[in-house]
Amino acid sequence: MLAFFLKRLASLLFTMLVVSALVFAAFEFTPGQVATKILGPFSTQDQRDRLMEELGLHRPVYERYLEWLGNVLTGDLGYSTLYKVPVNDIIWDRLGNTLFLAMIAFAVMVPLSILLGISAGMREGSKLDRTISVGSIVTTSVPEFASGVFLASIFVIGLGWLPGTATLDQGAGWPIAAQLVLPVAVIVLYDLGYVVRMVRASMVEVMTRPYIRTAVLKGLTFRDVILKHALRNAMIAPFTVILLQINYMITGVVVVEAVFAYPGFGRMLLDSALSQDVATVQAASLFAVLVSVSTQIAGDLGYMMLNPRIRFS
Amino acid sequence: MAMSDTGGTLTRTWARLSLLRESPVGMVGAALVVFWVLVAIFAPVISPYGPNTNDLDALVDPSPNATHWFGTDMQGRDILARVIWGSRTVLTVAPVAVAVAYAIGCLLGLLAGYYRGWVDTLINRISDIILSFPAIVLYIIVIMRFGPSALNIILAVIFIATPQITRIVRGMTLDLREREYIAAAKMRGEPALYIMFVEILPNARGPLIVDACLRMGYTTIAIGVLGFLGLGLPPPTPDWGGMVKDSYALMSIFPHMALFPAAAITSLVVGFSLLADGMREISMRD
Repeated sequence: MLAFFLKRLASLLFTMLVVSALVFAAFEFTPGQVATKILGPFSTQDQRDRLMEELGLHRPVYERYLEWLGNVLTGDLGYSTLYKVPVNDIIWDRLGNTLFLAMIAFAVMVPLSILLGISAGMREGSKLDRTISVGSIVTTSVPEFASGVFLASIFVIGLGWLPGTATLDQGAGWPIAAQLVLPVAVIVLYDLGYVVRMVRASMVEVMTRPYIRTAVLKGLTFRDVILKHALRNAMIAPFTVILLQINYMITGVVVVEAVFAYPGFGRMLLDSALSQDVATVQAASLFAVLVSVSTQIAGDLGYMMLNPRIRFS
Repeated sequence: MAMSDTGGTLTRTWARLSLLRESPVGMVGAALVVFWVLVAIFAPVISPYGPNTNDLDALVDPSPNATHWFGTDMQGRDILARVIWGSRTVLTVAPVAVAVAYAIGCLLGLLAGYYRGWVDTLINRISDIILSFPAIVLYIIVIMRFGPSALNIILAVIFIATPQITRIVRGMTLDLREREYIAAAKMRGEPALYIMFVEILPNARGPLIVDACLRMGYTTIAIGVLGFLGLGLPPPTPDWGGMVKDSYALMSIFPHMALFPAAAITSLVVGFSLLADGMREISMRD
């Protein structure tokens, strides 16, 4: 177990090293553009050269990469040209906001998808099963920005019950709880279907096992068979899938944050990319990959603990 | 010999596909996809206006009316025409990207699964690195670095989809390579590439067709998302995601500008997903 964990940790470090080099290299082919961007298109070549020297951009790529990596590791993420502050001053707030949104969405999505998945999977092929299965395919197929448009036209424009933006700003006249309803709804709708199908598939499989037949034959009620025998075993396989949704919710919610003007991590990444703010994009990408790889490892470890029959070597 | 083999495979695949009639869900999906393909092919015939024709009279009231069934946008362009022409954008970018990603993914997956050893390790390591990026982050980096254009979007989709396809093909190859007919082919002295592409790949086609169909749906979403985020095709190309982006701020006054393109992309993706589900259902029957 410990050996497995250490091995995964080593592979995480290796992945992060390669990813950091890729993220750095992606924006380093033409450092000259940086000078033009800062000084504007009417600057002279001489001015640009001087700025490049000042910024240290005339040095070889590997030297600058090592320096950048050193800075990142010591907590200096560089200066954001878009927000005009050190990246450190903005990224943690934004991560916090996204984590807040993700936690609420997660708390709604997980119980709901487990309930739907179990209901569908306990009687394979029933009417309820077909309805939930097809319904989950449909909700997962609606792009987030489209469901944002649909929900906004009903609840914001049609009924006027909810605000169309979630800026977390109290001054807009809507309580924060009301602002969060639509973003959470869009995330849950898009993400729900996949988890429902995983839980359903696992449940269907468990229901064919001999111990379920034994439980039925010894006269237990259907309710007890589901709750006491099937449920726990059906939850092992979807565990990893559910954990991986944390990854989607923290790094993949760019669209939802853009739709509702939510001041989160994804929106920061998008805005900085649109305005060529390299330092912020690099820092945000590294974080995104770190979150993604860590949740994968956490998923593997949790799966191993839940299912004693599986031991990775 | 090889020719008749291929012919037989095609006939059998077609016979399988016609089984789709027994899956109502799959038929709904197929109908939606066929509808949009026809719209894209006949766009010049059925579109009431050009995608970039400005009707300046319509600027006074862009809401849907008798001359503009879906209304017009803020530049007086007909929404129906742009939705129709937008189907061409999506239905060229997505199939090209998915097809190329499949060609590369199948090759790499077959090589990794068939040879195993260091080839497998190398291909796996590279796939792992690419897969460690959340897809949307990769899209943003690639488009930010190389600029928004149809070609760059296609390349970004290929870059992101290929390792996923490689994984699937590799897994199936690892299973199929142990079959007896592979041993027989090796005994006959068939070259490795022949075994991979003629013996292994056709026998993996069932799950791959379903995955390709689902992937068309994801890719359609990705194209729409890029357009919505302002990273899509540069204007004035009609693009569903971009149409929603341009009109989203005006939704409280003119909801039709965002609703029609949003409904168009939704119906196409739902079509691909339902079609994939129908095909999965019939392929599980035997």
